[in-house]
Amino acid sequence: MSNLPAHARAVVIGCGIVGNSVAYHLCRLGWRDVVLLDKGPLPNPGGSTGHASNFIYLVDHSKEMTALTVESVNQYKEMGVFTQSGGVEVARTKERMQELTRRMASAAAWGIEPVSLVSPAVVKDLVPFINETIILGGFYTPGVGVVDSLRAGTIMRDRAQASGALTVAAKTEVLGIDVKDGHVRCVRTTAGDIEADTVVITCGVWSPRVARMAGARIPLTPAVHQMIDVGPVPRFAGAKGDIEVPIVRDMDTNMYERQAGGDLEIGSYAHRPILYDPEDIPPIERAALSPTEFPFTQPDFELQMQHALELVPEIVGDERVGVKYAINGILSLTPDGMPVLGESPDVKGLWSAAAVWVKEGPGTGKALAEWMVHGESEIDLHSSDIARFHEHQKTRSHVRARAAEGFNKTYGIVHPSEQWASNRNVRLAPFHGRERELGAMFFEAAGWERPMWYESNAPLLEEFGDRVNRRTAEWESRWWSPLINAEHLAMRERAGLFDLSAFTIFDITGPGALGAVQAVTLRQMDVPAGRNVYTPVLSPSGGFKSDLTIMRLGDEHFRVVTGGAAGMSDKKWFADHLPADGTAQLFDMTSAMTTIGLWGPRARDILAAATADDVSNEGFKFGACRTIDVDTVRVLASRISYVGDLGWELYVPIDQGLKLWDMLWEAGRPFGMAACGIGVYGTTGRLEKCYRAHGNELETEYNVVEAGMQAPRVKSEDFVGREAHLRHREEAPAAVLCTLTVDDHKSKSGEKRYMLGREPILRRDGAPVVDRKGRRSYVTSAGAGPSVGKHILMSYLPPEHATLGGELSVQYMGERYPVTVAVVGSTPLFDPENTRIRS
Amino acid sequence: MVLAADSMSLETRHLGFTISPHEECGVEEAVRLIEASGGESVVLTLGPIEAAEQLRDAMAIGIDRAIHLQTDGGEWDPESTAAAIVDAVGAEESASGPFDLIFFGNESADAGGFQVGLRVARGLGRPAVTGVKKVTVEGTSVRCEQEVDGGRDVYVVPMPAVVTVKEGLNLPRYPSVPGRMRAGRKPVAVSAPARTQARLELERLVVPAGQGRRAELLGSGPSAAPAVVEMMRRIGVA
Repeated sequence: MSNLPAHARAVVIGCGIVGNSVAYHLCRLGWRDVVLLDKGPLPNPGGSTGHASNFIYLVDHSKEMTALTVESVNQYKEMGVFTQSGGVEVARTKERMQELTRRMASAAAWGIEPVSLVSPAVVKDLVPFINETIILGGFYTPGVGVVDSLRAGTIMRDRAQASGALTVAAKTEVLGIDVKDGHVRCVRTTAGDIEADTVVITCGVWSPRVARMAGARIPLTPAVHQMIDVGPVPRFAGAKGDIEVPIVRDMDTNMYERQAGGDLEIGSYAHRPILYDPEDIPPIERAALSPTEFPFTQPDFELQMQHALELVPEIVGDERVGVKYAINGILSLTPDGMPVLGESPDVKGLWSAAAVWVKEGPGTGKALAEWMVHGESEIDLHSSDIARFHEHQKTRSHVRARAAEGFNKTYGIVHPSEQWASNRNVRLAPFHGRERELGAMFFEAAGWERPMWYESNAPLLEEFGDRVNRRTAEWESRWWSPLINAEHLAMRERAGLFDLSAFTIFDITGPGALGAVQAVTLRQMDVPAGRNVYTPVLSPSGGFKSDLTIMRLGDEHFRVVTGGAAGMSDKKWFADHLPADGTAQLFDMTSAMTTIGLWGPRARDILAAATADDVSNEGFKFGACRTIDVDTVRVLASRISYVGDLGWELYVPIDQGLKLWDMLWEAGRPFGMAACGIGVYGTTGRLEKCYRAHGNELETEYNVVEAGMQAPRVKSEDFVGREAHLRHREEAPAAVLCTLTVDDHKSKSGEKRYMLGREPILRRDGAPVVDRKGRRSYVTSAGAGPSVGKHILMSYLPPEHATLGGELSVQYMGERYPVTVAVVGSTPLFDPENTRIRS
Repeated sequence: MVLAADSMSLETRHLGFTISPHEECGVEEAVRLIEASGGESVVLTLGPIEAAEQLRDAMAIGIDRAIHLQTDGGEWDPESTAAAIVDAVGAEESASGPFDLIFFGNESADAGGFQVGLRVARGLGRPAVTGVKKVTVEGTSVRCEQEVDGGRDVYVVPMPAVVTVKEGLNLPRYPSVPGRMRAGRKPVAVSAPARTQARLELERLVVPAGQGRRAELLGSGPSAAPAVVEMMRRIGVA
């Protein structure tokens, strides 16, 4: 009965759109002896693919998600299962119309064309049964369409089987996954055991359950998406296909309406979040419909019926049109809304491709297969990396809290700086109480509560007067304060004290430590003990995997300091590259150490007042790190700066962090030191210095030369990405990272507007700027430069536009603003000679 | 089908609840009669708080109002159920006169006792016709047709009367969205009847052994055609 092989190169568990796609692409990339399993029958094993609404909108504010979606659409088209219908996202409110102009900007930034903002009358032409009197307009994407995801899965499965590389086993349940020495070894199934060193979990809502068999966690929660099907719709009588009318997204009510043959399908993300545990999903023989189609709960849909009636009264208000089918469809939600992709940090060889929806399924399958086969994917997946989660983010409570909060934002107007409200105050700096007393506005980073600015700095607004730029437009004022600019000026003139607790810190020690860090870093790590080195970390193809700082604390002791967001995936990356002989170990020090930043022209005076040790420029040079005594606290001081001023990062055991803060606070008082928030550290200070940030400028899709970060020489030691980097140095870059400033902020209404990032950079005539690799130019970071009196944007520009003084424009909220190239490459806008940090 | 651990009830954790097919036809028939002749239709059920959803479903397709005899969720035997319904109907009728017609499903989809309709008819002292597949109101009488081997039995009984109906009586409609919205505003009278001492007690439930049926895949795609033809020959349809 069993056709299962005893050994496999890889076992893919789950025959939804994702599993089929991963298996297909693995085989396409040359892997053989791949096994694809599902406990359900084929072609519809009963997961979320089987009841998906199957329509695909192309534009998302996330570049990563848009890229995965576009790639998926290309694959669906190639398989002949894509029906283009067009789609229109309608606005009932002025706020939504503004949001639609942001969608226009994202479309231009990611190269989705054509798209247009259309009037209610045009929407009516597109969708004749819509009540255009209640809308203000729409965002029309002709390229939207509907796919047959089950058919696509079958095609991919069949192709891989035809190549002889894939064995498929339906109705085969996984009973266990054996792990030995932290590595998967064997999948035990109802049809026999398969030995395999690589296992991929593509089980949708069941994924956490299957992962647990291997002792790993996949943080997602099954959640309800309500959907009803009404018909027969007289207007659709005689419909030839599944869809002939554009799909409507009623954004303000979190709903959609789409033709489905002779019927209309109405779906909602507006109802209360209804979450389940993976254990609540029934086995197929116990399910009322399919395991992921739960009985409809009518009371949750009452308001949605009203909303649908308002927008499409001709159909929904027709007494002859009945509700033929209604389900609580189960889909996957994650705590941050992004998929869960990549190798588990818990178990080697165990891969996840979960919380993936039909619209991005095939693209995700391809990307994951590339990652497995080549070590990285063409599309940068850092926002989806399973390794991104910090421990607390994998707990059931956190997953459920954030999934519930995020659910009703599915079509929401989400500000780029919008903060989560649930599960806050998880990680607190030892001086959190002091910050609270100072009126800190806390933003969350990796669970840490970080001050973004301090209300107690209000007197600085008066002190700096007109030099503090203000904003009047509500959107840019949201999650922002002019206090950030005031704190910045206080730091530049005197000094600022920064809470840097959200750093992820890990030590690498042992005889093999030097080799271990050399193997993953671009810069030379064989420096004398007592030096810090800022270094890019490259992907195999020479893109930016990360960037971080490493302190050499001893011959066999390195301390890696990286940001909170990338911290966990960086840790996995370093751990994965430790020598196999066990001569180096990695210890996570994040919760053992806390970090305070002290910068500004008076920073030395302040530190000197607090310590008897030599902190003079001669005695403590830029790039040095060593332990000093601040009263009774032994502090690891590292002279480095991400804000472009003289100063130190000060590392202490977390239990003594409060004492250090208090001593520095007292020492700083006579010098007019201000507590400064991350608004200065992460945006204004950094941007004036043209310092790059991971996830903004630094992604695997751009290389070191393009980012203007190549050193005169490349170290002779081997490291990941070296070959590619050497190649990049030989060729002319396709784009060059530039710093631009905005020439005129005035909108048509006369109000000054300030870009926030991710907007398209266009020529002055509005034409897109595209490099020879086909990448659009867009704003990678945006923010104020209070000391240079300019609003600063960073963007990769193709060489023909990367010229000093070059005139371009930026599209923001439906208007274009003139910008000028102020820096080509990495020379800082502020203090270009770096005299301050070296003073 | 899965039984609860004590074999006294079904495991319903993953199941939804609907109106039984026979009752669904009864509800549809009532709505049609009222649409044709005017008057008022009322739906009644005895069941736990969740049963309110089925009352709303009935009102969504046109029933005017509902009576919910709410239980604490335990199973009621047919005798107690009928007694509670007789009391409830009696109370309604003492206020506003007799219902011309009371429809029941011929038997419930779960217990299949075939008793409640008849017991209520007897309790109210009314004529009853069972297993009805066609209903026609003729003046003050109702003409009821049963399907029997080779034809139909027809009964004409004076109203008020009790009729227990079977699936196939009509094709129940889907509720429209406006119907659903109206249902939310229609009145539901809730009361909690006392349960009489049950004389019929459930011992335990047993799932009958499989009937030996199994599906056989004859093949897929065009290559399956010969096997299908062969099978059709074998069973005498080709």
